[in-house]
Amino acid sequence: MISDFDFWVLTLLLGLGTFLIRFSFLGIFGGKEMPEWALLHLRYVGVAVFPAIFMPLVVWPPATDGIVDPIRITAALAALVVGLRVNVIFSIIAGMATFYALRFIF
Amino acid sequence: MTQFTARKAFWRGYIDCAPFVLIVIPYSMLFGVVARDAGLDLFQTMSMTVLVIAGAAQFTALALLQDNAPVFIALLTSLAVNLRMAMYSAALVPHIGHARFSLRALMAYLMVDQAFAVCVKTYEERPDMPPAAKVAYYFGCMMLICPFWYGFSFVGAYVGQAIPASLSLDFALPICFIALTGPLLRSVPHYVAALVSGVSILLFSWVPWNLGIMVAATLAMISGAQTELYLRRRAEKEAA
Repeated sequence: MISDFDFWVLTLLLGLGTFLIRFSFLGIFGGKEMPEWALLHLRYVGVAVFPAIFMPLVVWPPATDGIVDPIRITAALAALVVGLRVNVIFSIIAGMATFYALRFIF
Repeated sequence: MTQFTARKAFWRGYIDCAPFVLIVIPYSMLFGVVARDAGLDLFQTMSMTVLVIAGAAQFTALALLQDNAPVFIALLTSLAVNLRMAMYSAALVPHIGHARFSLRALMAYLMVDQAFAVCVKTYEERPDMPPAAKVAYYFGCMMLICPFWYGFSFVGAYVGQAIPASLSLDFALPICFIALTGPLLRSVPHYVAALVSGVSILLFSWVPWNLGIMVAATLAMISGAQTELYLRRRAEKEAA
């Protein structure tokens, strides 16, 4: 059971902290030019962050207590391949469809 | 070439983000369900959703609270998950940094992964977009995502345990991030960065407080940038 006090302290501070992170550069440096080296690195923010979020969830899923699940890895690969060739929405459909289909079969 | 009036840009953003509604709906519902499952009431669940609007961090906070972790560890971990948004904030400066202070504050509050990815992709593909249109486009993206995020968290919290755990909705989360990555893989440096990120997060999974994400992302950004510089130098040498 989560205590009310813990919940509110966490939620209020997390809300404030998250806002400050989001506002950091937009708030402080608004309208100023960014240096070339910064722009060069920022081009890769998306591809640098997203795999770091999804890889552990695919390889060591919390739902299986971190045990490698070949079905999830196959479904993830299906989503990636379709995402590269077609688009976002078909990527999700391919990933979830593969996941449910394989689970139904095995 | 279409002229970008602010109004047109807003609706273009709205339409461009429309596919993500299909991700946001199960994801936000899942949060609602999990939050109720963890013992939060409807008001607490919605307060967290509205104050934080950051799915990954909200899930992290819940998991750690449920695990009886100290509040400050739960806070630090969840904030670490959100640190990536400092990079988004910086990436958006060249495009929407000119807006007035209150607008920038509102744009910061509304900053979410999916809409950020769509915005930056569009800004890069359409360098002819006027600054005011870029701001309107941003709001178009966020105005579609955020109401669905609030609304379906509520639905999830309301219907609660009606969704069977056997449906494994948790797998929608990594699939969502994979789907976001696919279209970003436009060049060799992008592939290198993604590969370095994916491999290093597994190598650095032992780093406490989810800071492994920041380590992996930093290494990946450097790899991408260096690959781009290397390819540029090689192309110049061949041209000479």
